[in-house]
Amino acid sequence: MGTFLLDARDLDALIQAIRSQGHQVVGPTLRDGAIVYDELHAAADLPHGWTDEQEKGTYRVLKRDDGAYFGYAAGPHSWKKFLQLPRRPVWQAQKSDSGVQILEIQEAVPNLAFIGVRSCELHAIAIQDRVFIGDQYANDSYAKRRANLFTVAVNCTSAASTCFCLSMDTGPQVTLPSDLAMTEVLEGDEHYFLISGGSEQGERILQQLPVQPASEHQVALGNRAIDHASEQMAEGPRNFDSSDMKALLYRNFESPAWDLVADRCLSCANCTMACPTCFCSTVEDSTDLSGEHAERWERWDSCFTGDFSYITGGSVRADTRSRYRQWMTHKLATWQDQFGSSGCVGCGRCIAWCPVGIDITEEVTRIREMEKQ
Amino acid sequence: MIPTLFRIDRRYEEHAGTFTLQLNPPLGSDTTGFRPGQFNMLYAFGAGEVPISISGSPSDKNGLVHTFRTHGLVTLALARLGEGDSIGVRGPFGDGWPLEQIAGKDLLIVAGGLGLAPLRPVIYGVMEGILGQRKATLFYGARRPQEMLYRNEMSSWREKMELELSVDHAVAGWQGRVGVVTGPLAAVEIDVANSVVFLCGPEIMMRFCIRVLEEKGVPLSSIYLSMERNMKCATGHCGHCQWGPNFICKDGPVFCYGSVSRWFNIRAL
Repeated sequence: MGTFLLDARDLDALIQAIRSQGHQVVGPTLRDGAIVYDELHAAADLPHGWTDEQEKGTYRVLKRDDGAYFGYAAGPHSWKKFLQLPRRPVWQAQKSDSGVQILEIQEAVPNLAFIGVRSCELHAIAIQDRVFIGDQYANDSYAKRRANLFTVAVNCTSAASTCFCLSMDTGPQVTLPSDLAMTEVLEGDEHYFLISGGSEQGERILQQLPVQPASEHQVALGNRAIDHASEQMAEGPRNFDSSDMKALLYRNFESPAWDLVADRCLSCANCTMACPTCFCSTVEDSTDLSGEHAERWERWDSCFTGDFSYITGGSVRADTRSRYRQWMTHKLATWQDQFGSSGCVGCGRCIAWCPVGIDITEEVTRIREMEKQ
Repeated sequence: MIPTLFRIDRRYEEHAGTFTLQLNPPLGSDTTGFRPGQFNMLYAFGAGEVPISISGSPSDKNGLVHTFRTHGLVTLALARLGEGDSIGVRGPFGDGWPLEQIAGKDLLIVAGGLGLAPLRPVIYGVMEGILGQRKATLFYGARRPQEMLYRNEMSSWREKMELELSVDHAVAGWQGRVGVVTGPLAAVEIDVANSVVFLCGPEIMMRFCIRVLEEKGVPLSSIYLSMERNMKCATGHCGHCQWGPNFICKDGPVFCYGSVSRWFNIRAL
């Protein structure tokens, strides 16, 4: 136990040690002008020396003037795409002379290892755990993928302008359990990771790495780097008090603010796709041309579509006002009654990836202001 | 969770486009138990699943009974199935009617159209004398006399309960009321402290019935209603049936109005 020092030049040893345990390692990598999550084979696959610049409706990657491996914030992908697959077969059915047979599809589940999980993202995974495996019924596909998951968490040392985990109490410092937790430190010519184990499996990996105990000074430098991210958010425009979200939104189902946001919202569903906690799905049933073989697939869905709330007589949420209201009040308020926590982790993805630049923190402020009028 | 295959033992058309199916599980398995007010997901091969309430008697060992109206692709596919065909069943799901609230009280069952289907298991409870209610009354409204469900059973129901039937459009020979179901409900005297009301029908009908009941002084906590929303999984995972903080599939479909009145009165929630 304790905090160890891993030289940045030895980062690949960590990835190889995890791979040698039979894990498929996934993590951030630069592709198509964005930092996305995909399979990593070596430390060289990480976005070494890259950062991002984010604002409402804006995301750009930029070269850094140092060689940081984790010097960026949340990108367009979230880990949910590995745990709750965007599209998966659920069952297949066969019709024959002897009747119908339905067979569950047993998928081969990889032993996943996530490298570079930020604090907000650990919270997002914990939130999805409560949805998919925390109640009466379990989602078997999610449960299997989650069961063998190995996580290497990384503390954030800088924040994008869209970040507001400080307001949601979900970061930037990693506080939830992970197998390993790291802080990247760049100080003068020195470049290293402070690393500590959070599980037996993590400790086992740690023992295979060329590490040495970190000094008090080095640990202090790591903490200072995390404080830097907190300060950026505290001074930024998106810092707000989220303690009364449920009461505020429960009082304001008929706020005129919903009409104002509906005038801008395209109901495109981007925010729900980018959100690391949005869990809604739908199913697609089909047959082949013979009509004797049928399949059911599950895929991500969004409360911003018209079909989503369709019942006999039409969609319950026929307009954008009701759909945005559903999404935001669910995320920040009704989620608390359903699962005991907010559904928002403050990652800022919905802000950056909204094509018209709608900002959930601004909408909270607008509702609060309009209530006073 | 994959569907269990049941066999359609009986199929009949209640009226044009509305069907009742009696289903039995594969030989040797007994998976027909349910609580009144619960629903199953019914799967038509290749077409998809729909949530349909269970409309038979929990004590009837002759299989699961479902009544549905054809509206979309799946219900049309279900309607095309015949006796002897296979149908997929997942369930039963959800919270049903609070039968334990009935003993010693007057029971008012208020149904509109197809809304009688999830309430018929309660009526069977009255018929079997297992609910312990004082007086039972069924208020049932339908568009036309021929669209009233389960007409051939109503004469036997009259032996144990009062029936107040109303239709929107009468035909020659109709002897009940003409108009919406709120009429007979408003006309009846209710012992408000000792009554329990079960409501199921279109939301607009339930809304006006609740208004009548509130005016009469029935406590909101004595009114129960069954809600409908789009549903894909029935297990609280797909998100479609959310209604404020409630998931209709697992927290409902039956709710105490006193607990959900604020959500019931928000439009397009």
